Formats: sequence, structure tokens, C-alpha cells
Amino acid sequence: MEMCQMRVQAFEYKQSLFREGTLDAQFTQLQQLQDESNPDFVAEVVSLFFEDSEKILNDLTRALEQKCIDFKKIDANVHQLKGSSSSVGAQKVKNACITFRNCCEEQNIEGCFTCLQLVKQEYLLVKNKLETLLRMEQQILAAGGAVPMIE
Amino acid sequence: MDMDASSLSNGMGVENELHVLAVDDSLIDRRLVEKLLKNSSFKVTTAENGLRALEFLGLGDDQKNNLKTTGSKVNLIITDYCMPGMTGYDLLKKIKESNALKEVPVVIVSSENIPTRINKCLEEGAQQFMLKPLKQSDVKQLRCQLMT
Repeated sequence: MEMCQMRVQAFEYKQSLFREGTLDAQFTQLQQLQDESNPDFVAEVVSLFFEDSEKILNDLTRALEQKCIDFKKIDANVHQLKGSSSSVGAQKVKNACITFRNCCEEQNIEGCFTCLQLVKQEYLLVKNKLETLLRMEQQILAAGGAVPMIE
Repeated sequence: MDMDASSLSNGMGVENELHVLAVDDSLIDRRLVEKLLKNSSFKVTTAENGLRALEFLGLGDDQKNNLKTTGSKVNLIITDYCMPGMTGYDLLKKIKESNALKEVPVVIVSSENIPTRINKCLEEGAQQFMLKPLKQSDVKQLRCQLMT
């Protein structure tokens, strides 16, 4: 594929992620932090986000399976996930966490189960999309091009 | 010739480099704040909790009886508010209670915009309260404040 085409495709894909609210301005901040001294910065941070999220989602699943539900512990975990998703610009995951925290506050078990499903869903979506986007941008960089930025 | 911030600070020499201690229990946020600070030519040390931060500053429990300050010199401390165990607020208090460190500006960061929380920190002597996630412009502003 020609460089021009690759760049247009990556730009349009990234734009669609912003438009649909999957990513927010924080992701752009992240990309702007990447430079020659840290050429893999975005990939590194995104990878940390994936690891962190998967661990938290497993912990949350286990916590909701307990006979006696520890809402405080669940809330602390969701708070952590909210923080990390906010830091990488994963807006839909962050918003799902906000709703989840409300259910914890209300000690609403049904609500918590629903929220967990929603957070998992949004997480899998953003993981897939970020992997796709980063792969496209990596191809551009490997071919000697520059990644198109959205202002 | 391009004179960017990093080449200017290199010209100043290592001893004039501003040193920041950044405290946060989130690995992602430590990585982010470290990059933001380095981009503004700060020297950065990170700590994952209040206890480690105090140890680095020379205020650790096992250092209290040591009359000589063994802690490293820092020009600014940035700490997350919500941390398990010792919160950013607790850390702030300990720093302000120390003769050796009370003059060091402490900035509290939080993802939550809660006025009572903000006031509490400012009253305890925090230099500033900032919302997470931090932006490059926030860090640039901090640098300007420190330089004056």
C-alpha cells in the first residue's frame, strides 16, 4: 500500500475512534509525548493499561462471585480502572467505571453485575481498536513515514 | 541552530537541574508524569507510595534518629491524593511537619474535583491542587512557578 494511502487510512480510523467517543483528547496527549528518546512510549503505556485492566477485571469478577460482597474493595478496584482508562484516553471504559462506582455506592448487586459486563465489553472493544490503530501506525513508521496527528 | 528547552537546561549544568519527586500508586500514572516532567527538563524520581517517598526524602522511620539529613534534595514533590495506606494528604502533612522539608513545594493531584478535598490540602500547605490526567501545559506552568 502506498504511504499516502496508509496515512489516510490511519488518520480516518483514528478520527472515527474519537468521533464515536472510544478515545478522547488524553490519547492525543499520550501520542504527543512520544519522541525519539521514547519511540515506543504509546505502545508501552497502552500495554501497561491492558495488563492492569485484565488483572482488575479478573479481581472484580472474583469479588462479585463471593457470598459476602465487599463493595468497598470493588469500588477501590473500579476507581483504579477508572484512573488508568482516563490516563490513556479510553473514554468509554472510564464512563462505564463511573456508572459502576455509582452502583457500588448504592450497594446495588444487580447493578454491579450489569456494570461489570459493560466495563468488560468496553474494555475488549477499546483493546481491539487500539491494537488495530497502533498496528497501522507502526506500519507507517516502519515504512519511514510520520504518524498523522489529530489536533 | 535549534535552541529547545532540553539544550538550554543542559547548558545550565546538572547541579541547576530541578529535581521532582513524583508519588503515585498507579504505574501508568507514574510513567506518564515522569515523561511529562522529563519533557520539561526536570530530573525525576518516582515513588509508588508515601512510605517510599518519605524514605527517599530522608524521613523514613529508620532514619528519624539519624541527625544528619540523609535524604536527597528535591525542588518539588507531586503526589497523587488517593493512595492506599498513606494518602497524598497524609504525606503532605508529614512533609510540612519536617523542618528539613517544609519549604519544599508540594502539589497534590487527583482525578476528582472535590472542593472540600482541595481546601483541606491547600490549608495544610499544598502549593497547588491539580486535576488528573496532567497535561504538558500543567507541567510547564509548574516549571515557570518554580523558576520565579
